[in-house]
Amino acid sequence: MLTIDQATYDAIVAHAKRDHPDEACGIVAGPEGSDRPERLVEMVNAAGSPTFYEFDSTDLLQLYKDMDARDEEPVVVYHSHTATEAYPSRTDIGLAMEPNAHYVLVSTRTHGNNDGPVEFRSYRIIDGAVTEEDVTVVAQLLPRESEESTP
Amino acid sequence: MAIEVRIPTILRTYTDGAKAVDGSGDNLQALIDDLEGNHPGIKDRLIESGDLRRFVNVYINDEDVRFMGGLEAELADGDQVVVLPAVAGGAR
Repeated sequence: MLTIDQATYDAIVAHAKRDHPDEACGIVAGPEGSDRPERLVEMVNAAGSPTFYEFDSTDLLQLYKDMDARDEEPVVVYHSHTATEAYPSRTDIGLAMEPNAHYVLVSTRTHGNNDGPVEFRSYRIIDGAVTEEDVTVVAQLLPRESEESTP
Repeated sequence: MAIEVRIPTILRTYTDGAKAVDGSGDNLQALIDDLEGNHPGIKDRLIESGDLRRFVNVYINDEDVRFMGGLEAELADGDQVVVLPAVAGGAR
């Protein structure tokens, strides 16, 4: 299951709507092993395409260096589909290289740049196997365990 | 001669979980051949039909090797190599 806070969820949806009809993409980083999507990083779609996305290679390196410095990993990798359902395509499955990530797909096919509901779905993609999972949107993520245990 | 190679999560199955390994070689091709000796199977994840895989990014000292001659890109002692799979996909 993916648990994500409302503000991050809203920001991903807003990004997808803003970039429609091109695909939007980005990540939500969190502490390694925590499964907590804490830090949204919107990425530029270097492909600038309605049917493809790719992080720019220079941006990609900077992103991973930043995460490394913070002991983070990509907890969520998201992108939008702008004319099809929010389900991983064969391309998405073949190129999914983060076994620990939740792959979030947003479809803007119904309302495009305008207000209105979107499909927001999450998957695990490991070795070509796709498993859909529930998405729980919370007002805020619970405090980290280490913070809770502090006397 | 040691060159530090940063390994992405997906390829750490080849490095016993190590985030970085040392390798040697005076160009990227030689380095990858050297890595293959210690981490069998990793070469096939980086190279396809004699060229770098389209959706694998390799950087030498923060520069994308595609702008440095690809597999011919020269290496020297102390260089840092980073391997990162592309984050890519799309509706088709």
